[in-house]
Amino acid sequence: MKLMITCKQASQIISQSLDKPLSRSERIKLKFHLFICKACTRFNQQLRMLSDALKRIRRDTENDNTIRLPVEAKIRILNTIKSKDHSQP
Amino acid sequence: MTKNTVHDWLNEHGDYLYRFALARLRDPHQAEDAVQETMLAAIKNNSFEGNSSARTWLTGILKHKIIDLQRKKIREQPISDLIDLDASDASMDDFFDNSGQWLDKPQTLDMPENALEQKQFLSILSSCMDKLPAKLAAIFTMRDVQETDNEVICKELNITATNAWVMLYRARMGLRKCLEINWITG
Repeated sequence: MKLMITCKQASQIISQSLDKPLSRSERIKLKFHLFICKACTRFNQQLRMLSDALKRIRRDTENDNTIRLPVEAKIRILNTIKSKDHSQP
Repeated sequence: MTKNTVHDWLNEHGDYLYRFALARLRDPHQAEDAVQETMLAAIKNNSFEGNSSARTWLTGILKHKIIDLQRKKIREQPISDLIDLDASDASMDDFFDNSGQWLDKPQTLDMPENALEQKQFLSILSSCMDKLPAKLAAIFTMRDVQETDNEVICKELNITATNAWVMLYRARMGLRKCLEINWITG
């Protein structure tokens, strides 16, 4: 197994690590690369930060009780449903 | 009777469903559409049996409607975008030299700390996403914002796992670069 990988390869493995479990060889290569490469370590942190921040913002929106379905939207939805109801015998 | 049910659903769960949709779609109009589609689907096939709460049942429908909206957005894409994405990874040349080294080494990014920073971060991120090809932005939203399973994304968009990884990789590379330029770096 070739242990050394380039930064480009490392960045691809880092991105994939967010979407699937890495293979053993991918894990070892990445660990070794991150041990010697500050730039890729930062890249790894950046992607994790991005993903964490998005999840946090999403959760905050979900739990923000000041955000409500606007009254006009509610009326629009009820009207749409009423009109579709009539069109069906 | 149907009308009353929808009325009740909207009164009791409308705000919750709207927030759920808005958190994932990031667009008030689309969030409203998703809630409306959910109500329509709910009356049409009223399979609610009371085993779960009405909210859980409606949220389950809403999740599918959100994915439908994303898929529609992706299908509306011009063909040229799709061809572009199937081409070789030439666009990655912007980030690495021939030997696979970073052209610009990544910097440290600071996490948004408080509500104000989160708001700024989100607005910068939104404008960064607008600069991505729409298809990339959509798949990135499905994966990293909605936390949709990779398998579901592939099935819904009819792409291979490898396609999905390449697209997510490109989206993340583009976004992190854009954030690095526009967000606070340490």
